Amino acid sequence: MTSTQVSEETNRQALERTWASPRGLLGWLSMATHQAIGRRYIFTAFFFLLVGGVEALMMRMQLAKPDNTFLGPARYNQIFTMHGTTMMFLFAVPVMEGMAIYLVPLMVGTRNVAFPRLNAFGYWMYLFGGIFLYAMAFTAAAPDAGWFAYPPLAGPQFSPGKGVDTWAQMITYTEISALCVAVELIATILRMRVPGMALNRIPLYCWSMLIQSFMVVFAMPAVMVASTVMLLNDRTIGTHFVNPWEGGDPLLYQHVFRFFGHPEVYIIFIPALGFVSSILEVNSRRPIFGYPAVVLSQVATGFIAFGLWVHHMFATGLPQIGEAYFTAASMMIAVTSGIQIFCWLATLWSGRLRMTSAMYFVFGFVFIFVLGGMTGVMLASIPLDLQSHDTYFVVAHFHYVLIGGALFPLFGAFHHWFPKITGRMLNERMGKISFWLLFIGFNVTFFPMHILGLNGMTRRIYTYPAELGWGDANLIATCGAFVIAVGGLVFIANAAATLRRPADAEADPWNGSTLEWATSSPPPPYNFAYPPVVSSLTPMWTDPQLRTVVTGMNTDRREVLITGVTEGEPQFRTVLPGPSIWPFISALGIGIGFAGSVFAFSWYFVASALGTIGMVGWFWPRSSGRLKS
Amino acid sequence: MKRLWLLVLLAALTGCAPGPQSAMNAGGPEAHVIADLMRNFTILLGVIFLIVIGLALAALGTRRHRGMETLAPSPDREAKLTRIVGAASVLTTVILLGLIVISVSAGKALSDRSMPRNALTIEVTASQWWWYVRYLNDDASQIIVTANEIHIPVGRPVMIRGTSQDVIHSFWVPGLSGKRDLIPSRVTTVWFQAERPGRFRGQCAEFCGLQHAHMALWVVAEDEAAFEKWRAAQLQDAHEPSTDSERNGQQVFLGSECVLCHTIRGTAAHGQVAPDLTHIASRLSLAAGTLANNRGNLAGWISDPQSIKPGNHMATVPLEPDQLQSLLDYVGSLQ
Repeated sequence: MTSTQVSEETNRQALERTWASPRGLLGWLSMATHQAIGRRYIFTAFFFLLVGGVEALMMRMQLAKPDNTFLGPARYNQIFTMHGTTMMFLFAVPVMEGMAIYLVPLMVGTRNVAFPRLNAFGYWMYLFGGIFLYAMAFTAAAPDAGWFAYPPLAGPQFSPGKGVDTWAQMITYTEISALCVAVELIATILRMRVPGMALNRIPLYCWSMLIQSFMVVFAMPAVMVASTVMLLNDRTIGTHFVNPWEGGDPLLYQHVFRFFGHPEVYIIFIPALGFVSSILEVNSRRPIFGYPAVVLSQVATGFIAFGLWVHHMFATGLPQIGEAYFTAASMMIAVTSGIQIFCWLATLWSGRLRMTSAMYFVFGFVFIFVLGGMTGVMLASIPLDLQSHDTYFVVAHFHYVLIGGALFPLFGAFHHWFPKITGRMLNERMGKISFWLLFIGFNVTFFPMHILGLNGMTRRIYTYPAELGWGDANLIATCGAFVIAVGGLVFIANAAATLRRPADAEADPWNGSTLEWATSSPPPPYNFAYPPVVSSLTPMWTDPQLRTVVTGMNTDRREVLITGVTEGEPQFRTVLPGPSIWPFISALGIGIGFAGSVFAFSWYFVASALGTIGMVGWFWPRSSGRLKS
Repeated sequence: MKRLWLLVLLAALTGCAPGPQSAMNAGGPEAHVIADLMRNFTILLGVIFLIVIGLALAALGTRRHRGMETLAPSPDREAKLTRIVGAASVLTTVILLGLIVISVSAGKALSDRSMPRNALTIEVTASQWWWYVRYLNDDASQIIVTANEIHIPVGRPVMIRGTSQDVIHSFWVPGLSGKRDLIPSRVTTVWFQAERPGRFRGQCAEFCGLQHAHMALWVVAEDEAAFEKWRAAQLQDAHEPSTDSERNGQQVFLGSECVLCHTIRGTAAHGQVAPDLTHIASRLSLAAGTLANNRGNLAGWISDPQSIKPGNHMATVPLEPDQLQSLLDYVGSLQ
C-alpha cells in the first residue's frame, strides 16, 4: 500500500465513524441522514400510492355500469375525497420531496441536507399526518366533501361530524412537512454545491427542485390560510370567513385555495421535468440541448403558475376582462412547456439513444403529457371550459398531465436511480413489461373519459342512468384501470424480487453525467470521501476520474463545505448536527396536539406545550460535535 | 397491439353517441359557438400533437448507442437545432395567441347580450337536490312556479337568473349552453336559446353532497304555440279531484306530512321547501330527473324515497295500500 492509499483508507474510516447512524430502535427513530429520510419518504409515499390506487379501483368498479350499487353515495363520496387527498398530499408531493432529499445532496456533491434534524422532523410530520387521516377515516370520520372542500358544503352546517376537520388538519401536517423540505432544498442547492458548480453548472434536476421549493414556500401558506384559518376556524370556533349567511364569502375560499391549488400541480410536475432531463441526458449520451432555455422556461413556469388559478373558477361568473387575462396566462404556460419539449426532442434527435426502461417511461411521458397539455389549452379557453369544467373531460385532462406528467417520469426515475439507492439493478425486461401495461392501461382508462365529459358526464357522481349512453365508455375505463393495476403489480414484483438479490450494482451502471454516479451504490453515509471540484455541467463525462477534490476537511466531525450562491466558490466549513431523537419527539407532540384539536380547541395548547418541550431538547446547547476519542 | 387500439378507439367513439346531455349535440346558438370552437381546437391541437409524437418516435430511428461513448455535440448541428427550436417556440407562441383571440371573441359572443325585448327570464334556485323554477313576469298573476323542468319557446332568448339556498350548485344544460355556478347569497346569470324543439337534459355540475348524482333537470324546447299552451296550463290552479279515489287521495295528501313541504295550489297545501306539485303529472321526471314520471315509479318514490335517492330530504310517509292507490290517482291527475 502506498502512503496515499493508507491515508485515504484512514480518511474513509474516520468518515465512516463520524457519519454513522446510531443503532437500535431509538437510533432508527433518531436518524437524520438524507439517505434514510429520503428512503422513508419514498417508501411511505409509495404505500399511499397503493392505497390511493385501491380507492381508484373501487370507484371504477362502482362506475363500471349504470345504476350500480357496489358503493352507496356516502361511501363513494368518502372514497373519491380520500383518493384525491391521498394522491395529492400523501403521495405526489411527498414522493417528489423524498426523491429530492435523496438525490439532491448527491448531485450537488455534499454530505447531507442543510438542516438534517428539520428534515427528520418534516418526515415525521408527514407520516403522522397520513396516519391521522387514515386512522380517522377508518374509525368514524372519513372526509366526504372532496379534496378541495368548498364551503358551504364543507362548512359546519352541511358537513357535520369530524370528517372535514380531519381533512383540513391533515393538510396542516403535510404542509409543514413540505415547507421543511422546501427550506432544506433551497439552502442545500444554493449554498452546499461542490466548488466550481456555478449556477450554470447545476444539474437540471436540481434546478427543478430549486424552483419547486420556492413554489412550495409561496403556495403552501395559501392552503393553510384556506383550510385552517378559514375553513377549520369556521367549523370549530365559529368564525364566518366563508359563511355566506353571516357575511362571509365562499368564493374567497375558492380564490385562496386555488391560489395554492394550481401551483400545486406544478409543484408535482416540475420535479418530474427534472427526472426527464436527467434520464434523457444519460440515455441519449449528450448534454441536454438548450440548458439555459430549459432552466428559464421552468423559472417562467414557476412564476406563471401563480397567475392562473382563476381558470378553476370560470363557471363562477367573474367579470369577463379578468377572465380573459387568466385565459391568456393559462395558454402562455403552454409556451414554457413547449420549449422544454422541443429541447428534449432536439436532444433525442442529436443523441444516440439507449432504450432503457427509464427511457420507455420518458417516451410514455412525452405521449401522455403532450396530449394532456393539448386538453389543457382547451380548458384555458373560457367557452370550452364552461362546457367541460367539472366533467370527465377534466378528469381525463388532469390524469393525463399528472400521471403522464409526473408518475411516468417518476417510474422512469425509479428504474434509473434504483441501483443508486439500493445497490441493485432492476430487471429491465420486467420494467418494460410494466411500462407497456401501465401505458396501455392508462390510455384505455382515461382516453374514453374525454368523450364521456363532452357527452355530459359530470364529475363526482356515484352513479348514472343507462339512457345517457355512458355505460360502454365507463366499462372500458374500468377494464383499463385493472390493466393499470396489473402493471403496478409487475412493477412491485420487480422491485421486490430485485431487493432479494445481493447488492452488486456498480457505482455508475448507466455511465451517468452527474455526481451521484461518482460514489458507490448505495452511497456511504458521508456520500463522498472527498467532495469533488467540477468544471462542467456533466462532470462525470468531462472528467470521469474527478481528479480535483477538496481536501483538508475535518473527518472527526460532520463537516460540510459552504460555497457561494452564484459561482460556487468555497467560502467556509460548517458542522451539521447529527442524529437526534428530539425531532421525532417534537413531531409526535405537535402531531398529537393537532389531532386532538379536531375535537377540542384546547389541544392546540397541548401541541404548543409538547412542541416546546421537543424544541428545547432539540436545541439544547451541546459541544461542537467533536468526537471524544 | 394496433388492432386493440383501433378497437378501443372505435368502442370509445361509437359506444358514446351523443345522448340527451351531450355538449356535442348542440341545440342552440350558444352551444353551437362552443361546439364549433371545440371542433376547431381539437383539429388544430390534434395535428400539433401528432407532429410532436411523430418527431419523438422518429428519433427512435436515429443512430443507436454503442458502448459507453458520449457525444460532444458539434457546433454546426447545435446552431441548426437552436434555429429549429427557436422557430418552433415562436410558432407555438403565435398559435397560442391566435387561440386566445378566437377563444376570447367566442366568449364575447356568448356574454355580450343586451336584454332583448322578447327575452324570457327564469329564476332558478338550487337546493340539495332539486331545482326551484320561477318564470318572472312584471304581472304577478303571470308568474309560474314549477320544479326540475323548464319549458322554453324555440327561438326566444332565455336568461336564467340563478342562486342557491344551501351549498354551491352549478346549472348546466350542455345541449344549450355552458354551465354557471349557483352560489348562495349571489345571483349569477346564463343566456341560451333553443333553435329546434327537443328535450335537453341538464345536471348539477358542482359537487353538492350526497345526492349530487341525482340532481338533474329537463329543458323542453317547443314551438311558441305549444309553449303558450303549457304556460296557460301552468298558471291554472290544480285539477280538482273528479273521482272518489282522487278525492280520497287528496284527503290522504292533505292529512299527512306531505303538506308541510309541498304546495298544491288551490288546496290547503302550501309547503315551500320541496317541489311544487300543482302540475306534477305534466312533468317528464320525478325526484329531479331520477325517475321517469309514471305511476309505478311514483308509487315507488312515495313509498320509499330513501332507497331510490338515499339521503334526500323527503320523508317516508307510512301509507296503507288503499291510501297509496288513492294518492297515486290524485297525484297522477295533477296535469
